[in-house]
Amino acid sequence: MNFDFSDEQKFLRRTAREYLEAHAPLSVCRTVLESEAPYSEGLWKGVVELGWQATAIPEAYGGAGFGHLELAVIAEELGRALVPIPFSSSIYLAAEALLVAGTEQQKKAVLPGLASGERIGTFAHAERPGQHGPEGVETELDRAKLTGAKMAVPDGDIAHVAVVTAAGEHGSVLALVDLTGPGVERISAPSIDPSRSLAHLRFNGAPAQLLGGDGNGWSLAERVLDRAAVLMAFEQLGGAQRAFEITREYTLNRYAFGRPVASFQAIKHRLADLYVEIELARSNAYYGAWALSHDNPELATAACGARASASDAFELASKEMIQLHGGIGYTWEVDCHLFYRRAKLLGAVLGSADQWRDRLIQRLGQRSPDALRETPVESPSAAKA
Amino acid sequence: MDFDDTPEEAAFRAEVRAWLEANAERLAPGESNEGIAETRGRPGTIQRAKAWQAKKADAGWACITWPKEYGGRGATAIQSVIWNQEESRYRTPSNIFGIGQGMLGPTIMVHGTDEQKRRYLRPMLRGEEIWCQLFSEPGAGSDLAGLRTSAVRDGDHWVVNGQKIWTTGAQYCDWGMIVTRTDPDALKHKGITYFIVDMKAPGIEIRPIKQINGTSGFNEVFFTDVRVPDTNRVGGINEGWSGAITTLMNERASIGGGGGGPDFSALVRLAKETDWNGRPAFEDPSVRQRLARFYIRSKGLQYTTYRTLTALSRGTTPGPEGSIGKLVGAPLRQEMAGFAVDLQGSAGAVLDAPAAPQEGAWQHSYLASPGLRLAGGTDEILRNIIAERILHLPPDVRADKGVRFRDIPTGPRE
Repeated sequence: MNFDFSDEQKFLRRTAREYLEAHAPLSVCRTVLESEAPYSEGLWKGVVELGWQATAIPEAYGGAGFGHLELAVIAEELGRALVPIPFSSSIYLAAEALLVAGTEQQKKAVLPGLASGERIGTFAHAERPGQHGPEGVETELDRAKLTGAKMAVPDGDIAHVAVVTAAGEHGSVLALVDLTGPGVERISAPSIDPSRSLAHLRFNGAPAQLLGGDGNGWSLAERVLDRAAVLMAFEQLGGAQRAFEITREYTLNRYAFGRPVASFQAIKHRLADLYVEIELARSNAYYGAWALSHDNPELATAACGARASASDAFELASKEMIQLHGGIGYTWEVDCHLFYRRAKLLGAVLGSADQWRDRLIQRLGQRSPDALRETPVESPSAAKA
Repeated sequence: MDFDDTPEEAAFRAEVRAWLEANAERLAPGESNEGIAETRGRPGTIQRAKAWQAKKADAGWACITWPKEYGGRGATAIQSVIWNQEESRYRTPSNIFGIGQGMLGPTIMVHGTDEQKRRYLRPMLRGEEIWCQLFSEPGAGSDLAGLRTSAVRDGDHWVVNGQKIWTTGAQYCDWGMIVTRTDPDALKHKGITYFIVDMKAPGIEIRPIKQINGTSGFNEVFFTDVRVPDTNRVGGINEGWSGAITTLMNERASIGGGGGGPDFSALVRLAKETDWNGRPAFEDPSVRQRLARFYIRSKGLQYTTYRTLTALSRGTTPGPEGSIGKLVGAPLRQEMAGFAVDLQGSAGAVLDAPAAPQEGAWQHSYLASPGLRLAGGTDEILRNIIAERILHLPPDVRADKGVRFRDIPTGPRE
């Protein structure tokens, strides 16, 4: 049984943490939050120089050729630091979409730019509130021209290239569109977390390429979302863990009624429960990372579990953070709201936890109940032997 | 990241499997052994368990984590997990020796005299003698050190009076280990002494406890002027609390989260087979949300176990992190059972087969599940353990600190 990251991956984690502790204190997130800047150019430049964005992109396309376990380690550290940079949009979504669905030519054309960090990518799906699945997509790809509108696209205001769900001639498609080209209108949208920017995109016959087959766009989109969900789960996990640590520290140092508030059982039990939720989320995220890095069919359900578990854990951690800080936690000047905003934003961008739970049951429903039998202590390797 | 054995673990597993293959019958896929809750009271249960234990002992497969000097093989924690995984694949009798071998034997090894080790450990290992734990009392559960069963010195004997409760297997046990109050004028934890007691001694009365689900897995044990020789004292006079702690630490290592009963796959089957207004309940969005939450939680727990096993595989000893298993698993069982009964609507009130689906398994699970949240540390005690031993938050402020045991309040005062 080796259900953990390797020593090399842990070394990478330490290196990433040290860099971010030095270069991305929470004040970096706050600066973007309080300014008009869509992201921290300085931090993005630093991350790009370290090449983290290239981690899981194959060397043939300008990447570093490591795997998704290494990328997961970095994602968790980025999450801890609440980084205000377009890493997730460009790497978990756009780069993964190219890897899943792109032709050799498309990969060669787009991935090196994303790998070098010179270009930023994103993914656009929702056209109205509540939209999660393939139904009701009105954006059309017709003879290499894209027409329609997408809302709340993460980093849509700064990205150079987007992968967009659309209706094609034979059904659903993914379209690859240059956001800096003609026929693209961007409307910056206020974000619940202004340290991460959003935009509505309007396409008026924008030149676009088909990414993957015509008619299977949604199944490709689901594969992209599954992969992004696992990586995003690590960001959420990192955020939850950091919120938990700050809160624990605060309750140990805050005195009321002559004792640290952390000595009251009402507080201890809440922190214990939060710890348990984060540990469960961590375990689900690890399983997702295993499935992703081994390209195992389990990813279809593992991604749902990782995503829903991490979304819930980060949201709970951020809510408990404010509650256990008391009144001071509700002020602008204390950092609690940075976590509260980021947790809700990350919980929204790939679809809500409820939507992922529904996707999970849809997929489990296709399996025979016998395949769902519990094996509480057994490892898969022991079971198959 | 993978789920494979190390080469050493694989070799050990192969050795275990070879012995089991030659000495036991393999279970069919999907089949599992009955637990002691099902087989208790059935004729032959104890004889079968003793015969299997003796067979293991003869081949050196009994109590494998015990040191070699006491008959074990000094196996590591991960080897013990591998043994248990493999043994559970074969048709084997219910284990009635766990409390002795897992908790009391290790306590005797640490705190017992050489004579006690010689006399008791070997028959315990071979299953020739069965042991029970006499800890909880009606007035001392989570607060075990509040125990009041007294032991008074009388020459080279002690005279024990009082009542113990929640004693598993008392009716068939040969020996018990009992914590008693020997100095009520001392501080709470300073007046406790630990003894080995002959369960067939005069003055012991055992009464089964009827649980809310109608079964009787535990007993009350009454002591009236029971004489215990001083040679059966484990550890010093009034120093029994440290021995009790040793026992409880081993309990934490041996209690799992599961607890039997129907599982998630049975719940999915029920949701698919139950009709809600002409459609399977499985298709209802509210049902799907609940099912997904149960699945994600039980999987989270399973993968947490993988992480624990990984740590054991790298040579760590089991720590307080194991508390998560029961704290999540026990309420999860109760919630799943309650949900499954609700799925059946007004018919859910029917307890038994054939009217209740799946032979009433969920109704029975609902009635059995509250016990899982209490036994071996309540949900609340587990939260305290996590808060204090993992998160290092301050201990509770205590009203009984620095007070003679005799003066500690035990109920409302006028």
